[in-house]
Amino acid sequence: MSVAAEPVAAPRRRSGVWVFIREQALTVYAILAFIYLLLPIAVVILFSFNDPKGRFNYVWQGFTLDNWRNWDGVPGVRSALVLSLEIAALSSLIATALGTMIALALVRYGFRGRGPTNFLIFLPMSTPEIVLGASLLVLFLNMHLATGFTTILIAHIMFCISYVVVTVKARLVGFDRHLEEAAKDLGANEWTTFQKVTLPLIAPAILAGALLAFALSVDDFVITYFNAGSEVTFPLFVWGAARVGAPPQVNVIGTAIFVLALAAMTVNIIVQTRRGRQEKGTE
Amino acid sequence: MLHRHRWLTPYLLLAPGLAWLAIFFLAPLGFLAYQSLQSGSFDFGYTFSWDWSNYWDAISTYRGHLARSFIYAGLATVIAFVVSYPLAYWIAFRGGRWKNLFLLAIIAPFFVTYLIRTLAWQNILADQGMVVGVLRDLHILAPDGRLLATSTAVVAGITYNFLPFMALPLYVALEQIDPRLLEAAQDLYASRVKTFLRVTLPLSLPGVFAGTLLTFIPAAGDFINAQLLGTPNQHMIGNVIQSKFLELIDYPAAAALSFVLMAAILIGVAAYSRALGTERLTG
Repeated sequence: MSVAAEPVAAPRRRSGVWVFIREQALTVYAILAFIYLLLPIAVVILFSFNDPKGRFNYVWQGFTLDNWRNWDGVPGVRSALVLSLEIAALSSLIATALGTMIALALVRYGFRGRGPTNFLIFLPMSTPEIVLGASLLVLFLNMHLATGFTTILIAHIMFCISYVVVTVKARLVGFDRHLEEAAKDLGANEWTTFQKVTLPLIAPAILAGALLAFALSVDDFVITYFNAGSEVTFPLFVWGAARVGAPPQVNVIGTAIFVLALAAMTVNIIVQTRRGRQEKGTE
Repeated sequence: MLHRHRWLTPYLLLAPGLAWLAIFFLAPLGFLAYQSLQSGSFDFGYTFSWDWSNYWDAISTYRGHLARSFIYAGLATVIAFVVSYPLAYWIAFRGGRWKNLFLLAIIAPFFVTYLIRTLAWQNILADQGMVVGVLRDLHILAPDGRLLATSTAVVAGITYNFLPFMALPLYVALEQIDPRLLEAAQDLYASRVKTFLRVTLPLSLPGVFAGTLLTFIPAAGDFINAQLLGTPNQHMIGNVIQSKFLELIDYPAAAALSFVLMAAILIGVAAYSRALGTERLTG
């Protein structure tokens, strides 16, 4: 290693060549790491335009738009996607409501039992998904509750709550409470203050939590696999299809989900950057 | 009326969400424990009998799978660390005004459905794929050598799938380091290496701690990578739990294995946090 050769008390600005090489080495490493991260995504997108001969979509055969035009040409794929979106919409809605309430309580009120509450929020996130899924299945079996739509929904709400709490809490910490006090001084009651002042201010935090919950729900395979019964969500469809060779339509939907998620994130970042600049401007 | 009961407000906010977690997270773990001590069979019914032999049988029969899970998860965690640390460092200190864009690239894999990005690795590592071809031409791989269906493929898949969990906390920790501290170290004639070892690395330890846990825990319980990129010779404890629950219908053994997995992870995490020194992390 070149590192050991450097004398301990070297003058700070030694010959720039070494420094230059070392800095470039880090940059080259970063570029390689980015390629590694993005390569599979490129493969997913590329092979959504492939025209495979036979069952396996492994080898590039030729460009076609047919898979995109005919995205629901494989039996079951459309209903699986619809089910995934329904579950995600419902579970993110409920988990966001429950999680936001917990976050509000944690950030804004002093109460006994804060430690155990934080622990209970943290625990599901640090439990392997397979244990979460399996234990829920055992509960449903013992309660003689048939697995299906309802049990998927219950499971998704369960694992989303903690993530919503963490996300909303992180954004609530810098919240300026003087605005609420001002509203109360002006005669607004507690509910009006919440509705007219607090809610609009914390709306971005709630939205961030809801988006995360939605994304987690759409993507979940393991917990759903244990509790789906005969229902098939999109990840379960992919799992089934993978056993016999996944059709290119899977890549099409994967690409579409990727592009939508990327667009949502980009908008979020732009809005945040703007807001940050505005805040700096008013100071 | 509202004023007199203000102390109640936080509890009312907490109640629905915590109740959900208690019923659908804590209670299932209790049922899982109950099931793990039952004897009997699915056809003739199970009875609770403090049947600890489920645990001993599970451990002795599947210690190979358990060991493999922890070896694979450990390897994946180490590789993810080696890949992400320089990357996170580069973004934090050299990212400039494009930091957010680079961060987006790190989490981009999460925007592709988990199963689809694993299938993309199946595609990349396939026998007809480009990587195997190049490696065979370079004689790194024997002419009939393969990557898919080997331990290498499974570890590579696990590493890729959980890498953002490593990279993000590392970035957050590195980004918070005040660059003036590094300048100060260099002004005091510390070499770059010394600056890194004495200042940067210790200050980023909370990120290392969070990142390794967030990567290792889900990796140890994973069964998707072993299923899609490996063969039964690469199966992990997650594969066994999954098939015992959903295919073999051997609930007591599956429940016992789930607890063994959880206990092993908890012991590992406790030992790890001791070794790293918790007081340094919380400070």
